[in-house]
Amino acid sequence: MPISVEEVFETVKMTLDHHFDIRTVTLGINLKDCMDRNTTKLCQRIKKRIVEKGKLLNKFADATENKYGIPITNRRIAVTPVSLLLEPLARQKQAAVQIAKVLDSAAKGANIDFVGGFGAMVQKGMTIAEENLIDAIPQALSKTERVCGFLNLASTAAGMNVNAVVKFAQRLKELARLTKNGIGCAKIAVFANVPEDNPFMAGAHHGIGEPDFALNIGISGPGVVRNVVQQNPDCDLTQLSEIIKRTVFKITRAGELIGREMAKLMNVEFGIVDISLASTTSAGDSVAEIIEAMGVKSMGLPGSTAALALLMDAVKKGGAMASGNIGGLSGTFIPVSEDAGMIRAVRAGTLSLEKLEALTAVCSVGLDMFAVPGSTPADVLSAIIADELSIGIINNKTTSVRVIPVPGKKIGDMVHFGGLLGSAPVMKVPKVASSKFIGRKGRIPSPIQALRN
Amino acid sequence: MAKKQPAQICIVTVTGVDKVGIIARLANAMAKSNINIVDVNQKIMEEYFVMTMAIDTAASTIGMEKLKKQLDKIAVEMSLKITVQDETLFKAMHRI
Repeated sequence: MPISVEEVFETVKMTLDHHFDIRTVTLGINLKDCMDRNTTKLCQRIKKRIVEKGKLLNKFADATENKYGIPITNRRIAVTPVSLLLEPLARQKQAAVQIAKVLDSAAKGANIDFVGGFGAMVQKGMTIAEENLIDAIPQALSKTERVCGFLNLASTAAGMNVNAVVKFAQRLKELARLTKNGIGCAKIAVFANVPEDNPFMAGAHHGIGEPDFALNIGISGPGVVRNVVQQNPDCDLTQLSEIIKRTVFKITRAGELIGREMAKLMNVEFGIVDISLASTTSAGDSVAEIIEAMGVKSMGLPGSTAALALLMDAVKKGGAMASGNIGGLSGTFIPVSEDAGMIRAVRAGTLSLEKLEALTAVCSVGLDMFAVPGSTPADVLSAIIADELSIGIINNKTTSVRVIPVPGKKIGDMVHFGGLLGSAPVMKVPKVASSKFIGRKGRIPSPIQALRN
Repeated sequence: MAKKQPAQICIVTVTGVDKVGIIARLANAMAKSNINIVDVNQKIMEEYFVMTMAIDTAASTIGMEKLKKQLDKIAVEMSLKITVQDETLFKAMHRI
């Protein structure tokens, strides 16, 4: 059956009017074979590989964009967790900073805006190299522009490494002080159950179970979904779920097609399609506005969690039908600073940090891009992180935290990060929380859910 | 006998206000680049005039990027929105 004018128009309208885009094509690059005891040699190999592949990524992304007329907004690179590369090197944090710098200059050389993977898997314990990497975070991320970091601090199988949580929170405060408005903190996310093939920054890395190269793709279309929800103001919730499912099916198929084609052109393996709805600061490209179009008066009010759960489930069902390679985070991002509806809800007082945490129990991915006063003590940050990661551990899902303690700002102030990162109202957090609990340190054991064998 | 190249179908979509000469301008641009027009359809949808044109670019003398630039020029001159996309995209999205 030939494609009808209606079908063509539906697709064209998605890109022209509703911000449908391929949010990111992320090339995962294995760097394990670059390892050496000599830092200079290691850095030379890393640079050569990233520049070479990064240029190809841009070239083929441009060609694919032209062919299908769908914008490929970001082209990014994710590498093997840097902590692994540190293992054979001299055990100093300076080595980690040096690798961050070479990643940065390689990304610049290839015209890639972000390279992810400055991180470690420390859910159960830390090697000396991993401790050095965490200690190097403030310097590494404040002295580079394009490097993103991640830490996996917890998992359902291992529980939570509270020692690492405490260490990270202290380093995060240092990083905030070293960068304007604490913006460096936007470049690192900490996780429970981190996926190895996530194409979205800041948490992207090329996991140890991955091949030499893998092309992962992140689609996005909050505007498209919001539009179909708005077009159906009176249908019941079962029908609403069906409508969302059908739309997500279509955008996922477009993503899969483009991902496969890019992988073929680059002669690398196609990895996954991440079907996460990811908002941007552009008008109409907001997840909170989908929830509001569903009939919730303002994001954060009672009803928001149920609406988000329905949305999330419909997105997954539509995506799973469209592609056999769904992976990464595949949820719905609800970052505060990057979503106009979320910002509005915080400012109107309908969305608090506590409700945000509740919302993350039914969607991915976690407490994302929210600002707190710079004076928030490290142990309060640790406690916020521990709470959020617990949701991931117990529910066998990914959760993450990307928090920005903005120096000199107080509750209610607005902070402008600029560009993709948007603006954030400084949210209310207590000054005193659970220092005694966090101060006990150690590891929260893996939960009973982990005993599945 | 020379082997016929397999077709490479793209869909050109024009949206905007209907006026005299849209098809003529497009057909002229396609002919100059040896692009064959396979099918044309048009409809009024919502408030838009929508025309789709299926073209075969297999023997085209120019690449997609250049074709896009030419179409963009026509779009600006005639106050229209014109997109060109490979047909496989629509098949992937609208056919199971």
